[in-house]
Amino acid sequence: MPANKSASVDLSDAAANRQDCDFVRFGPDKPLQLDCGKTLQPLTLAYKTYGALNAEKSNAVLVCHALTGDQYAAGTHPVTGKPGWWPLMIGPGLPIDTDRYFVICANVIGGCMGSTGPLSIDPETGRNFGIDFPVITMRDMVRAQAMLLDHLGIERLLCVTGGSMGGMQALQWVASYPERVFASMPIATAARHTSQNIAFHEVGRQAVIADRDWMGGRYMDKNKRPEKGLAVARMAAHVTYLSDEALHQKFGRNLQNRDALAYGFDADFQVESYLRHQGSTFVERFDANSYLYLTKAMDYFDLAADYDGVLANAFAGTKTRFCVISFTSDWLFPTGENREIVHALNAVAADVSFVELETAGGHDSFLLDVPELFDTVRGFLSSSARMRGIGDTVKAGRQA
Amino acid sequence: MTRARASRIDHQIIAEIVEPGSRVLDVGCGDGALLALLAAQRDVAGRGIEISRAGVNECVAGGLSVVQGDADSDLVNYPDRSFDYVVLSQTIQATRRPRHVLGELLRIGHNAIVSLPNFGHWRARLGIALKGRMPVTRTLPNAWYDTPNIHLCTISDFVHLCEEMNVTIIRKLALNARGERINLDRKARLANLFGEQAVFLLKR
Repeated sequence: MPANKSASVDLSDAAANRQDCDFVRFGPDKPLQLDCGKTLQPLTLAYKTYGALNAEKSNAVLVCHALTGDQYAAGTHPVTGKPGWWPLMIGPGLPIDTDRYFVICANVIGGCMGSTGPLSIDPETGRNFGIDFPVITMRDMVRAQAMLLDHLGIERLLCVTGGSMGGMQALQWVASYPERVFASMPIATAARHTSQNIAFHEVGRQAVIADRDWMGGRYMDKNKRPEKGLAVARMAAHVTYLSDEALHQKFGRNLQNRDALAYGFDADFQVESYLRHQGSTFVERFDANSYLYLTKAMDYFDLAADYDGVLANAFAGTKTRFCVISFTSDWLFPTGENREIVHALNAVAADVSFVELETAGGHDSFLLDVPELFDTVRGFLSSSARMRGIGDTVKAGRQA
Repeated sequence: MTRARASRIDHQIIAEIVEPGSRVLDVGCGDGALLALLAAQRDVAGRGIEISRAGVNECVAGGLSVVQGDADSDLVNYPDRSFDYVVLSQTIQATRRPRHVLGELLRIGHNAIVSLPNFGHWRARLGIALKGRMPVTRTLPNAWYDTPNIHLCTISDFVHLCEEMNVTIIRKLALNARGERINLDRKARLANLFGEQAVFLLKR
C-alpha cells in the first residue's frame, strides 16, 4: 500500500505507467477541443475493458465513473487492493454481464488515474499542469470518451450508464452523440447540478485551497500535498453520500474505543472515527487538483442551458431508450431531479423507463447491494440487447 | 388473484381493438400484463405509467418501458397525439380527477381505450338496496375504507360523461360475470345491469 508520503507524491508517475489497464494516446494531430476554448494535446486516456467485443461490435457498454471513481470498476483496484467500485454490477453473470457485453470504463480527463489531468506534464512548460490545467466540462469528458470509442472501432454503444457524475455523462452522451447511443441508463443523477450541490462542492474546494500545502496549486513542485484539506473535503462530501438513517443504523451515538465521553476533541464517536478514516484513505489515492477540476465540471453541468433552457430540446427526436433510476434516501440527487429528466423525455415521446428504488443508503445506494437495482439494470440491458439482436446465450467455460 | 382473472378478459378485448404495430401508452399498467400481451400478440411498441414501485420494478426488470408516475399529475408532460392509443384499464375509478384524466388521454392519443368496473351491476345495486352496505364484488373486491376506487361510476354514467365532453364512442361493449359480451348499443339498460365491466374505444 502506497501509504507513505513519497509514494503518494509519485501518484502521477504511478498513474502514467500503470501496467494494469490500457492506454490510448492521441498525438497533436488529434487535439481535444475543450469548451473553455483551449485544446488538450497530446491526450492520454486510461481505461479498462471487461468481456469481449462481438464481431458486429454491437455489445459495447460504456460505464462512466463518478467523481472519485476511476477505470477500475470491476476486479481488484491496484492502489487500494480492494474490489473496484461496481463489483456487484459488472462481471460474469452479473447484471452488466461480461459474458454477454463488452464493458469499457475510462478514467475521465481531469482525473488522476492515468488519463490526462492536472498531474500530467504540460507540453508547453515541461512540468505538471497543476492549476494550469484547463477547466473541463462534462461535454469535454464525453468528447474524449468518443475519441476512445473511435479508437476501439465502436460506432454505436449498446448502452452508456453510470451513477452521479457518471449519470451526467450518460445524459451528455445522448445530447452530444444521439446516433451513437442505443440505450442510456443514468442513475442517481440530475440534468444540472443544483445550487445546494454546488455549495457542498465549494466547501470542499475551499478546504483544499485553505491547506497551506496546496501552495497555490503547485504543491507537486515542492513535493507536498494538501492532504489535510483534501481529507476534510472528502469527509464533508462523504456525509452527503449517505443518509441520516444509514449513519444512524451504522453508528448511532456509539463511542469509539471508549466507555465514556473523553471531554476532548479526539474522535469520541464512531462516526467521527469513520469519517477521519474516509478522509485519510482518500488522500492516498486522489489528487487534490483533480478534485477541484472534477467538482467544477459537475458544477458547470446544466444540460438544458445548452438548449435554450429547455431540457426536452436536448433530447428532441431521440431514438435512444432510457432507464432512469433514483433512490428514496438520496438527498443529494433526489428523485425530483431524476424525474425532471423523465418529464423532459416524456415531452419528446422518448422510450423511457423510470423507477425510484427504496433504500436507506443515500446517494451511495447505486454502489450498494440493492437487488431491485440489479433486477432493473439486468432487465433493461437484456431487453436492449434483444432489440439489437444480441443473443441471450452465455459463453461457456467462464466463471467468476 | 380474482382481480387478475377478472381483468384478463378486458385485456384480451383491448388486444383485439388495438391495430398491430401501433404505439400504445398504458396508464396504470400494473405489473405490465397488458403491455406484455400487446407486445406478444400485436407487435406493439408499448409504454406504461404505474404508480406502485413494485409494479414498475417488475415491468422494467421484464424489459418493458414503464415510468413510475401518477395518472393525475404526470400525463401533462406527454405531447399531443404522441400515441396511437392511450389505455386506461380498470384505473379511471381510482383517479382523483377522472374527467381531467380522460381529457388528457384523448389529447395524448389518437384514440383512448378505457375499461372500467360497472357500479351499476345488479350485484352492486342489490348490495346497497337490500343490505344497505357498500358492495364488495369480484370486480370491486375492497371494503369502502381501503378501496383505491374513489370515483366509481356506472356504464351509463361514463357514457354520459363522454357525451358531455363531446367524446366520440367508436366501440363500446360490456362483459357479464361469465365474460360474455353484451351489446351496449342495442341493450344499453341491460348492459348497465348485467355488465360487470365495460370497454370503450374513444376518439375526439
